[in-house]
Amino acid sequence: MTDSNFKRFVEVGRVVLLNNGPFSGKIAVIAEIIDHNRAIIDGPTTGVPRQAFPYKHLLLTPIKLTQLPRAAGSGVIRKFVEKEGIVEKWDNSSWAQKRATKEKRKSLNDFDRFKVMVAKKQRRDVVRKAVKKASA
Amino acid sequence: MARSKELVPGVGRLSRSQVFAKRALYKGAKKSEKPAAEEPAATTEKTVGGANNGGKRVIPTSKAPRFYPAEDVRQPKKSRKSHKPTALRSSITPGTVLILLAGRFRGKRVVFLKQLESGLLLVTGPYKINGVPLRRVNQAYVIATSTKIELEAYKVDEKINDAYFAKTAAKGARSAEEEFFEEGKPKAKEPFPAGKATDQKEVDKAVIDAVKKTPELARYLKSSWGLSKGQFPHQLVF
Repeated sequence: MTDSNFKRFVEVGRVVLLNNGPFSGKIAVIAEIIDHNRAIIDGPTTGVPRQAFPYKHLLLTPIKLTQLPRAAGSGVIRKFVEKEGIVEKWDNSSWAQKRATKEKRKSLNDFDRFKVMVAKKQRRDVVRKAVKKASA
Repeated sequence: MARSKELVPGVGRLSRSQVFAKRALYKGAKKSEKPAAEEPAATTEKTVGGANNGGKRVIPTSKAPRFYPAEDVRQPKKSRKSHKPTALRSSITPGTVLILLAGRFRGKRVVFLKQLESGLLLVTGPYKINGVPLRRVNQAYVIATSTKIELEAYKVDEKINDAYFAKTAAKGARSAEEEFFEEGKPKAKEPFPAGKATDQKEVDKAVIDAVKKTPELARYLKSSWGLSKGQFPHQLVF
């Protein structure tokens, strides 16, 4: 078999990020593939109930559960997810962190935005001076 | 009307008078009637001079008109509407930082002090910090932020009301020449009334003391607000 350029596949055990619906922004695991449009997903540790979910409304992450059997129930998935530390892996990924920062920025009020602006200015000043000193 | 089921949209089953009968509001408890104001006497007695005039005469208090209009003039209908006091937006409380959106100071962040009788908001910069004086603004032209300054204990002087901001009426007719020139030269600028300057200082003292308790807040009030690329006010949290 030739090597594929694709790295992430729709497969049992693939961790997915939901980007639509009431559980938007949460991660879940593909438990079983229904057809070329939908899969059964389950997130017992992330608050996503077991449900059929269209691929159009989810994103594949690079994280995968190894050795998850096909059509595993919620209990089995929970055990595997906890054993492999999937939630921590996701939370530590730069993708999740960027999302968290964006969310945080969005929730800031006018005064907080001003404080961020001031802090950024101060950082810029320090960096600029350090660069000038190093390059001189 | 719930009792009058709609036959087709806009047309009820019952007529106006039928609905009135069904609602039976006339059966309800009678509202107490106001005590009748004492009617002024229809006639008054006056003493009249002259020996042959009987000394006294009964005269109606309001004289009947001598002429009547040839044609009936319609009486305009009396309006029974009354002005409701302007409701203050719930997000605005004394000490709230507001962003002005219109007028000479648009874009400035100011501190709300109280709502005046007219419904307008009394705000101050404070003047020392960002140059906005004590001023009245309409709450429609204001964004209320969630930032608050502790002003609960502070009471604004009662004398700062709507009349305080009223302009003094110009006396009589004056030519434009007189208004701006004096002895062929432009008139000297009138000095700002000293009383108002002290009032401003007094109010600002309390506000600035409260502002100083939070770091960066004075700088925040000094800076002005604006939208940058990709920012939309309805998507922002204030």
